[in-house]
Amino acid sequence: MVTELFAPALYESLFPVGISRYVVGGLLVGLGAVVIYLGTGVAAGASTFLESTLSYVSDQSRFQRYRSSRDWRVVFTLGIIAGAFAYALTFQSGLVSSGLYEAGSTGESYDVGGVTLWLTDVQPWRLFLGGILVGIGTRIGKGCTSGHGVCGVGSASKTSIVGVMTFLAVAIGTAQIVMALGVSP
Amino acid sequence: MSENRHPLFMPLIFVGGLIFGFGLGFSHMARPEVVLNFLQFEDFGLLFVMFGAAIVSGIAFAIMPRLRDHAPLTGNIYVRRLKSFDRNVLIGGAIFGVGWGLSGICPGAAYASLGVGNVTILWALAGMFVGAYLQGVWRSQDAEASAGVTGAD
Repeated sequence: MVTELFAPALYESLFPVGISRYVVGGLLVGLGAVVIYLGTGVAAGASTFLESTLSYVSDQSRFQRYRSSRDWRVVFTLGIIAGAFAYALTFQSGLVSSGLYEAGSTGESYDVGGVTLWLTDVQPWRLFLGGILVGIGTRIGKGCTSGHGVCGVGSASKTSIVGVMTFLAVAIGTAQIVMALGVSP
Repeated sequence: MSENRHPLFMPLIFVGGLIFGFGLGFSHMARPEVVLNFLQFEDFGLLFVMFGAAIVSGIAFAIMPRLRDHAPLTGNIYVRRLKSFDRNVLIGGAIFGVGWGLSGICPGAAYASLGVGNVTILWALAGMFVGAYLQGVWRSQDAEASAGVTGAD
């Protein structure tokens, strides 16, 4: 059958490292948001932390409006960092392995006290300039990949669906242009 | 809400963050290269991270409001995450899109990236704080300037 010959090649080109690590990771990201929602009723997003944390050092009204949530948003962010570190201690270091986990070949790995850590090769100017635009855009646009993308789309919010389609389309266009200009990594 | 907060509130937020961050590490979304590979159509796996997470949270957002009225740790009413639509959603989304496409990193993934050892991501985090600060100053001034005229935000 033609499809039997074609489909594996298509799958291979769409998903060169398979889909299991993405599926498992996505389910865990959703589960983390659900745990917080079930206990507190809060639909947590990651980008509000940027403004709420600035309220500790700036009196601007835009930041002070997040004063009541700033403490738990710091705890949420520390949890995210600690959770990613738990992944680094286990799967990234090879201490735990699973058929569902595919290690990657991107970036550079380095070793500190038996823990395998990872560094990006993407150039600092891209990270810094991109970061500035992410900081401006997510706050003006009322959410980021977690607020709009996970909680908003999960809520079937039309605003969030339009928001996600906007930033996804623009990001694809931008990344394609950057690649076409030969900027790498 | 902050005065009489349930003693389990902060621990639960931390545990939720732990699972969230572990998932971002495990999926490799905390790696800018993997996000850029997705945006450049070289590996579409990241779709499963975003939609997988949205489906899981979608089930909770759909079911919980029917099962219970209030969340146990805060007394908050269970509601969906609905935000009003205006042109800021498009303008901000487009600016965020340029930044995401240039850097391959978004806020939650940047925090997780720090956790997997990627100290270079501090460049992106510093940029995000600079960007959030700039728009906050602009919009705080706008709000003060227009408050005298219209009283609106």
